[in-house]
Amino acid sequence: MLKARDLAYGFPGRTVGSGVDFELAAGEVLCLLGPNGGGKTTLLRTLLGLLPSKGGSIFLQEKPLDEASRQDIARTVGYVPQAHAGVFAYSVENMVLMGRTAHMSLFAAPSARDREAAAQAIDTLGIAPLAGRAFTEISGGERQLALIARALAQEARVLVMDEPTSSLDFGNQVRVLGHVRKLAAQGIAVLMSSHQPDHALQYADRALLLGEGKALALGAPREVITPESLRHLYGVNVRIVETADGAHTCLPDHALRQ
Amino acid sequence: MSRGTAAYLGALAALAALTALAFAAGRFPVSIVDLLGAFGSKVFGFAYALPENAETVIFRVRGPRVLAALVVGAALAAAGTAYQGMFRNPLVSPDLLGVSTGAALGAVLGIFLSRDVWTIQVFAFAGGLAAVALVYWIGSSVPRHDPLLSLVLTGIVIGTLLGSGIALLKYLADPYNQLPAITYWLLGSLAAVNPADLGAVSLLALAGLLPMLLLRWRMNLLALPDDEARALGVNTTRLRAAVIAAATLMTAAAVAVSGIIGWIGLLVPHAARLLVGPDFGRLLPLAMLLGAAFLLAVDTLCRTVAPIEVPPGVLTAMLGTPFFLWLFAASRRGW
Repeated sequence: MLKARDLAYGFPGRTVGSGVDFELAAGEVLCLLGPNGGGKTTLLRTLLGLLPSKGGSIFLQEKPLDEASRQDIARTVGYVPQAHAGVFAYSVENMVLMGRTAHMSLFAAPSARDREAAAQAIDTLGIAPLAGRAFTEISGGERQLALIARALAQEARVLVMDEPTSSLDFGNQVRVLGHVRKLAAQGIAVLMSSHQPDHALQYADRALLLGEGKALALGAPREVITPESLRHLYGVNVRIVETADGAHTCLPDHALRQ
Repeated sequence: MSRGTAAYLGALAALAALTALAFAAGRFPVSIVDLLGAFGSKVFGFAYALPENAETVIFRVRGPRVLAALVVGAALAAAGTAYQGMFRNPLVSPDLLGVSTGAALGAVLGIFLSRDVWTIQVFAFAGGLAAVALVYWIGSSVPRHDPLLSLVLTGIVIGTLLGSGIALLKYLADPYNQLPAITYWLLGSLAAVNPADLGAVSLLALAGLLPMLLLRWRMNLLALPDDEARALGVNTTRLRAAVIAAATLMTAAAVAVSGIIGWIGLLVPHAARLLVGPDFGRLLPLAMLLGAAFLLAVDTLCRTVAPIEVPPGVLTAMLGTPFFLWLFAASRRGW
């Protein structure tokens, strides 16, 4: 679905990272891990075509991304930003309806079909009771779900999620990531960044470790997330523990807890 | 009946009542019966014996002025609604990018050069457009900055520069002939609007309104962070340029005939948003109705409360300040 070849990324006048190679398949969850300031958001913005790449190439469904219009990209790729409150009190329903814009003509307002698609996306995320509420007044977790619903209403085949759990409480983190898995099971390709190695271990099919301005490792989470790689990435000592039922989690080293 | 429908019906009723009042009230009072008779005989052609002078007062004196208040009020409110959505800020007015200051400099220059009224209006209109074009050109050619922030900061800086030009011309102007005219223009007035002005401002306001109506859905997406709107398929640069052009055209046309009347573009969109929410397609028509009603009420007060005419710019600020503070205190989180 989404492919990067020897990609370099950064801001105008400054290259943040380079040499990123990966291919995201339909139904796959790829988790991007890396330290603060490591360029995760910059890489995601480049992959969305919001920043021009500094080298290499990006392909969306085998077509070069830089030849696609914003509307073309939006019909395939949905962007789920970190939940923000917004300025104006749009209803949750209107917020989700905005996801339909790429499917409307320039001067159109949402049609009955658009409203239906939005309602369906709202149902899928289980937030129908919130549809009439103001987006500014619901909780952070609810906002994140509404933003995912918006990407679904967009009929996106690829979801790019920038730290979708960063400001959520534990229950909402589990809920949001559960939805991510469900969407992947329906064939949607998901690229998400996270601060939690556990999220990659427990929810992702592959992990991409990003540090020192390059891709340090790409592979199955249990293979690339090791005490060594995490020490390298974050500069702390941790251990990876297998639970009785075969899941993995990441715990701080004993010495570090003293 | 939903809250939105109620708001629309209320605004329409208020507008109709204010229009009747505006025709009736003044130095030469016209009774409601005579008013109905006058319009009835014009529209339906039946005979009605109107008191002497009433026809002149209704159709020549008050007619253009009432219509001008409606058009200017609606245009300023529409431009303000578009700007507040686009700049994601409920405290923004349509002169953020310098349209009023540019128009003022143009008009003041026209007065300083002792030109006729028509030339002064053309100067004001051109000054407004030129100021915004300059701000847009500088603001969007600054690299490596958030485009909205660049526009706002450039607008402030250029506005200050134009303001110093106005101050210089006021200082140099003849204190007996020109300075009163400059002050009068800077405070705004609808007293001198004639039918030709009215036709021109209506046409230009309609030309600005059309893109806003057509783009009413996409306007909503400008309220999102830029990245998000672009990821949803909107070319934000082009959309923003279209909205700035439309709002500038409307404001410059309004300011050219009425002078600077502040507060409407700031206050009215805000009040309308509290009534029907931020969805632009529902918000814009209500803001225009309320803007028209507000300026008509203000202008009617201006020519009736005191023996001399009070400038509407003074009254909008006097009424606007407490209203705005009340809105601010009463509104919940989220505008």
